[in-house]
Amino acid sequence: MPVEIKNLTHVYMKDTIFQHKALNDVSLTIEDGEFIGLIGHTGSGKSTLIQHLNALLKPSSGNIIIDGVDITAKGVSLKKIRQTVGLVFQYPEHQLFEETVYKDVAFGPQNLGLSREEIDLRVKESLMLVGLDYDALKDVSPFELSGGQKRRVAIAGVLAMKPKVLVLDEPTAGLDPKGRDEILGEIRRLHELQKLTVVLVSHSMEDIANLVDRIIVMSKGKVVLTDTPRNVFMQAEVLKNIGLDVPQVTHLVNELNKKGIKIKDCISVDEAFNELVKYLRSN
Amino acid sequence: MIKDITIGQYMPGETSIHRLDPRIKILATIVYISILFFIKGFFPYLYVLGYLGMVIWLSEISPKTILKSLKPLAVIILLTLVFNIFMTPGEKLPGFGFLPITKEGLYQAGYMGLRLMFLITGASLLTLTTSPIALTDGIEKLLNPFKKIGVPAHELAMMMTIALRFIPTLLDETDKIMKAQMARGADFESGNLFSRAKAMIPLLVPLFISAFRRAEELALAIEARCYRGGENRTRMKQLKLKGIDYSASLITLLLCVAIIFTR
Repeated sequence: MPVEIKNLTHVYMKDTIFQHKALNDVSLTIEDGEFIGLIGHTGSGKSTLIQHLNALLKPSSGNIIIDGVDITAKGVSLKKIRQTVGLVFQYPEHQLFEETVYKDVAFGPQNLGLSREEIDLRVKESLMLVGLDYDALKDVSPFELSGGQKRRVAIAGVLAMKPKVLVLDEPTAGLDPKGRDEILGEIRRLHELQKLTVVLVSHSMEDIANLVDRIIVMSKGKVVLTDTPRNVFMQAEVLKNIGLDVPQVTHLVNELNKKGIKIKDCISVDEAFNELVKYLRSN
Repeated sequence: MIKDITIGQYMPGETSIHRLDPRIKILATIVYISILFFIKGFFPYLYVLGYLGMVIWLSEISPKTILKSLKPLAVIILLTLVFNIFMTPGEKLPGFGFLPITKEGLYQAGYMGLRLMFLITGASLLTLTTSPIALTDGIEKLLNPFKKIGVPAHELAMMMTIALRFIPTLLDETDKIMKAQMARGADFESGNLFSRAKAMIPLLVPLFISAFRRAEELALAIEARCYRGGENRTRMKQLKLKGIDYSASLITLLLCVAIIFTR
């Protein structure tokens, strides 16, 4: 299920004084089962980009081809696209509306017109995938849950559509460190167990450095870099110029290198720890 | 999609009309609207047209924008025309077959239609050239004398300011929730009236919840900064009548006199 984006341009409020080009000739390919980190400053166009992936926004020009089907063409089934590409918005808990957790998660599958048994199955499965206890929570009002639980319910609501590509817009925004680690861990598990293609939008390098296969860096509506986390973080200067930062530990290692302590570039604390121990032992 | 809606469409500008004291603008609009109902016959409409034309010309607002402000009420104008043409008893005009079109009907329809259009245009000129903040300021000041009989002038103005301030925010929120539900396969655009109304639930419930949440947060933030209503509050921008305000009042008064004399 590769996702191909070809020369995508999007202009908001075209032909008015508020005209604003959010995406400028973006071309990308996302392979099957890839875990992508999409990074960029506020207003870099990342949210606009992901809303094109399930046809919530129509491009001003360009194409998006998912598994050989051009989703920008006329007459494609929107329902099918939105089932294939699951999109979890920022603060997804704000979309909860049903009386019980069960009903809320079942909203998506119901819209797909599935049978009662299938819906039942999917609700159970999705709640399990996000680490919630089905039996304990299914009849609880989603508004009585804690912030982290609400967010999980909302993510389960998208997972219940059984998407093949899962796109998450800053899923850790506003969570405490524990909640953040839990959610990221669950997303990693989803990727590994379900073989989902995952696109994770974030502006925190720390969050995604150890998680993703490839990072796409956006700035001012354009793709600036696209490479493995290690290679992207090597370009500390480029990142700095567009207002992004490398993870703290990479920064530390860079500074050490400048001071003459020659160790390998690192993107995680564990890695840096081992390198430093190696360095100290060798001296 | 929903972002294209403009409400209370203020067109920023630096013209003399924009700079008029909001109190004068509000009063002039009220007077203008009332005087429209004093008009008998078509001739006085020329005065109104002159007055309105001058305001539009001075405000540098494009005629296109003015026409756009008439659009939402096109249905009402059309209904007025149709009812007046067909429902007015009088001398039946030949050449329309079985349709009961009378001379008086046509006259009445034209007369009422013009009145409606002048009314809407005048009222929208007020909102087009006055920022919401200035507007509420003006309303508060105008209501001040009524405080003695228990009209909560400041509170009313504050409520209006907040309501206006939150229109764009809530539109943004609506757009976001709509998209989030559409990503879960919700369909807001097809189906019959009943199923469409039902499709609004996943939109309205989160919207209300977020509106309440915002209201609560705002109330806390205001209180945290020691807001206690209008008592003893001073303003940074004091409203003061200037020469231009007096001339505007005079011109509006002239219009009234001219129209009353035609009766």
